[in-house]
Amino acid sequence: MLGRRTWIGLATVLAIVVTWFLLTTITGMVSGGRFPSPAEFWASFRQITGRGYAGGDLLQHALHSLKLVVMGFAVAIATGVPLGLWMGWSRKVEAAINPVFLVIRPIPPLAWIPLAILWLGLGDAAKIMVIWFSAFVPSVINSFTGVRTIDRPILEAARMLGTPRLRMVTEVIAPAAAPMIFTGLRLSLQASWTTLVAAELVGALVGVGFVLNMAQQDLYPGMILVGMVTVGVLGWGTTKLLAMAEQRALAWNVAARD
Amino acid sequence: MNGAPLSFRETVAWGTLGVVLFVGLWTLLTASGIVPRQFLPTPLDVIQRMLHLMTSPFAGATLPQHLASSFQRYAVGVLLAALVGVPLGLLMGWFRLLDDIVTPIFDGLRFIAPIAWVPFAALWFGTGIGGPVMIIFAGAFPPCLINAYRGARFVEPRLIEAARMLGTGNTRTILEILLPAATPSIVSGLRVSAGLGWQSLVGAELIVAAAGVGFMMVQAQANVATPTVMAGMIAIGIVGMIIDVLLRQGEGWLRRRRGLEA
Repeated sequence: MLGRRTWIGLATVLAIVVTWFLLTTITGMVSGGRFPSPAEFWASFRQITGRGYAGGDLLQHALHSLKLVVMGFAVAIATGVPLGLWMGWSRKVEAAINPVFLVIRPIPPLAWIPLAILWLGLGDAAKIMVIWFSAFVPSVINSFTGVRTIDRPILEAARMLGTPRLRMVTEVIAPAAAPMIFTGLRLSLQASWTTLVAAELVGALVGVGFVLNMAQQDLYPGMILVGMVTVGVLGWGTTKLLAMAEQRALAWNVAARD
Repeated sequence: MNGAPLSFRETVAWGTLGVVLFVGLWTLLTASGIVPRQFLPTPLDVIQRMLHLMTSPFAGATLPQHLASSFQRYAVGVLLAALVGVPLGLLMGWFRLLDDIVTPIFDGLRFIAPIAWVPFAALWFGTGIGGPVMIIFAGAFPPCLINAYRGARFVEPRLIEAARMLGTGNTRTILEILLPAATPSIVSGLRVSAGLGWQSLVGAELIVAAAGVGFMMVQAQANVATPTVMAGMIAIGIVGMIIDVLLRQGEGWLRRRRGLEA
């Protein structure tokens, strides 16, 4: 049985599609130069999946963007989470790094794009650098907060039992901070996509943002819409994957919550 | 965590150490020539360039002029987002039907990065003020809507029941019960919006603007004027920080006034 919500949702989607069709195709109130009709959208989709557009087909562009996000995101996790944990663990490290962090943090990740292009050019390295930057800050902050909010008795019990340092980190601190770390990763992932699309719009040779950029220059609304939908689908897909990873890693916590 | 909190003097000492190490490493890298100075200017170069930009124009305007035109777009975009998002969120919190209609649309659009609206924004509203405003709107809108909605949704049921019992109409219920009760949530949503809007502004200006700090930075990048790029980054960071601090103050003041915090 479908619920009331689902029915209304489906009706809404249907109404949007009908309105879209009405405005662009039947009445022509919105001209094809401003927003594509469903047919134009479909034609653009066929073009980019078949002959290709902007130097590749849709799959190549999408996979390239996906690869960059995954790489930048992975580097950010590998550097941000340990740093956050370390800052959470040691007040001295926190005190030393905080002022530098306070200066760098307010600079939006997107503002690093021109510098990244200056340093590394229009290739993949510049994109990975800015994605790393945008995902790094939420990773650090949430890992740090995760450590700081661990219940003291847990730590004291572990210490009283003489847990060695390394095991303390791998078996007590990291798992206890994990829910918070994953919250940070979700934010990081969103930031990564925004940054990547922006970086590819500013300058790239391949990728979803590059498709958008070319379509904008060619005044090609159908392809713009294809690019936007692709960005949405990729963002949605990676978010779902991360949620699945979280569920596996935090099975104990999810179970405890329900 | 590890040991007792540091004393004030210790905090300052470690903080100074961190900053000195950071600035020292930066200066060392450039001054020694390991990294060409053209690509990584010394901290002093950047500060000098910033002061220089205060009075002499780059890419058509001085730094304060660029900042002013950026801020103008930013204010329009965030204001629009608040004016549309907050009322819509409140209405969604009150009328189930509207909630059921808007939520699927919103969920569908949520995963599209605001910056991906750039091509349509440029196509529809041009690169002057309209295009960037639309991008800022796209970035700042979701938190406005979500927080107003949550605030309205989680109002204490007793308040609503009392109002209903006394025969209060829809309009008055929304304006006199939901709105005041949701205000703390709305204000923290606005703060998030303000931050995201500032982010989007930078992105929009990098791509579609003909003035503003982002535009200045892209021009500087094209001219390999690294100190100007870095000066732009610092200016953006400072303004963003000021916005955040002001809104935090406002939020704190509001919470205290309502007796939510001591």
